[in-house]
Amino acid sequence: MTRKQLSQSIAFNSFRLVSLAVVSILFVILGFILIKGIGVINWEFLTSMPKDGMTGGGIYPAIIGTLCLIAGSMIFAFPIGVLSAIYMNEYLKESFLKKLIRTMTNNLAGIPSIVFGLFGMALFVNTLKFGDSIIAGSLTLGLMVLPVIIRTTEEALKSVDDTLRIGSYALGASRLQTIRKVVLPVAFPNILTGLILSIGRVSGETAPILFTVAVYFLPKLPSGIFDQVMALPYHLYVLTTSGTNVVESRPMAYGTAFVLIMLVLILNLLANLIRRIASKKTKMN
Amino acid sequence: MKKLKRIFDKITHGVLFTSSMVTSVTVLLVIVFLFKEGIGLFNQTAVENHVVVVVNSANSVHELTSKQVKDIFNQDITNWKEVGGQDLEITTRSIDDLAGQFTEEELGTDMVNLPTLIDQYISDNPGVIAYFPDTYLKKDFRSKKIPLAKISVKEFISGVEWYPTSQPAAVYGAWPLILGTLWVSLGAILLALPIGLITALYMAEVAGQRLRNMLKPVVELLSGIPSVVYGFFGLVVLVPLIQRLFKLDVGETALAGSIILAIMSLPTIITIAEDAIRTTPRALKEASLALGASHWQTMTRVTIPYAKSGIIAAVILGIGRAVGETMAVLMVTGNASVIPHTFLEPVRTIPATIAAELGEAPFGGTHFKALFALGIILFIITFIFNMLVETVKTKKV
Repeated sequence: MTRKQLSQSIAFNSFRLVSLAVVSILFVILGFILIKGIGVINWEFLTSMPKDGMTGGGIYPAIIGTLCLIAGSMIFAFPIGVLSAIYMNEYLKESFLKKLIRTMTNNLAGIPSIVFGLFGMALFVNTLKFGDSIIAGSLTLGLMVLPVIIRTTEEALKSVDDTLRIGSYALGASRLQTIRKVVLPVAFPNILTGLILSIGRVSGETAPILFTVAVYFLPKLPSGIFDQVMALPYHLYVLTTSGTNVVESRPMAYGTAFVLIMLVLILNLLANLIRRIASKKTKMN
Repeated sequence: MKKLKRIFDKITHGVLFTSSMVTSVTVLLVIVFLFKEGIGLFNQTAVENHVVVVVNSANSVHELTSKQVKDIFNQDITNWKEVGGQDLEITTRSIDDLAGQFTEEELGTDMVNLPTLIDQYISDNPGVIAYFPDTYLKKDFRSKKIPLAKISVKEFISGVEWYPTSQPAAVYGAWPLILGTLWVSLGAILLALPIGLITALYMAEVAGQRLRNMLKPVVELLSGIPSVVYGFFGLVVLVPLIQRLFKLDVGETALAGSIILAIMSLPTIITIAEDAIRTTPRALKEASLALGASHWQTMTRVTIPYAKSGIIAAVILGIGRAVGETMAVLMVTGNASVIPHTFLEPVRTIPATIAAELGEAPFGGTHFKALFALGIILFIITFIFNMLVETVKTKKV
């Protein structure tokens, strides 16, 4: 073996090891939480109120709270994100405006989540007087994931072959008709993937909801959009750090982490599944 | 019919345009609201509204800084000569101390006599310094009010102590928090950079399609795990490990924060670097191989130099993410607001400070505003990183 080959094989083998390390980090974290958490999970844990100072009962209100926040933020952010991406990709030519929007969207994506928390508190909670509420939290979370939705939708639209658009125009369809009947149906699976991934992001965020909606202990379900709710990530945070019985409530914390991880796993799996089906379909065409 | 259609087109266009402006407007609103709340800090003193700090009229000290007031009430400064006065022992009195000195009879109903009593007490004791609400300030007060210097931007950024709840004057020095943030983020990037780049290179250049298809979801999952879960994992696994390994009193250290942040910024670095490496034209690589270079030589001499700007963008974005990360860091770094000296000490970052303290800061008070001012600093840091990424990216094209 020459020196050239030797250095290459050393390099590539160490590369392999490092990549393996990355994979094992993931499996260690997932494995640890899944193994420690599975014992806690039962029907009662998922469907009952917390009790005995968070050392017993379940996490039902936190699950419902997180679902409310997912729904609230998506109702608001998904249409705006998709419309925005359509405008950027189908209407705007390369121009100053497009560059500006893109830069601003990237900047929004780079704003730290805790700054979103501050902003949400200042605008929705205090200035618009929503108080700590589902709507304040949902709007804050929605604005936070907006760049994710825009980016994934744009990617989805870009991946639609231009010949399809041209063909549609050639048949006399208008731009709007082309978007509705040709572009969107083709791009739909990838847009859906983006939606699923942003749901994952929303369900795990804590910092933006700290001061806009989340509450430590509230053993009842919300009755309207101006109610406070518990939420899974915040629940995990208080269970591990600021609860009064940190040691006794440890099993509850493992269980909550388990539910969060499962949520993320399922969403990721779903996204990958849709992606795979979609790419198979395009190949067949 | 045609007219109707045109109107409909106009409306669609309007809706689409409005939607696409939401992100820009949000960025502007974030700036407006951060500054609206945060800038107010620099227009007032660190003493709560309607609280006065008073000394004997014979005292030659005319002005004190917030830090001096805090040190005096903490008994770190015990003689007036340390703050430029005469050689005299300092006696400190809070409003509770003052009221507690007198019997209920002396105070009268609803403490009507308190202002007179306070006035008398301070005039009788030359070394005393006291603070109380200005409602107890007698009209013809014989003692001297000490004006506190207004909080300055310079003092806020370069101040080395952060005591937001000390009475009567809070001390807002963000320097330890800024340093803490940079330490933890830099540590994270030093750990994540080699691992991330190597994995990106491996995925883009070495691994076969099948292996790559297996690695991609791993990276996606790593980025999908919520930050509280990382924090939780760090707290129950990493922190005790560090404590045992380095034989420390507490395992919550900058190192723990850096390791967790490194794991969290891996996906960003890997994804962006891999994309950048993939943009290297095939022709360049093939030319290199045709000249007799090995795969490895081609990578180091052709691919990496070509993808340089994309790799730099990955690094900057990775740091940007690390700087802004809140929950995981909050849970594992111990949150001591001191200037760090080693990675084995607790530190406190800007996001962690905001998350930990905003809930307790009274709305509209100086503490509240100081936290928004911290938000401004954080925003500016991440904004600079974002702009750097934009310029690095556009340079290439």
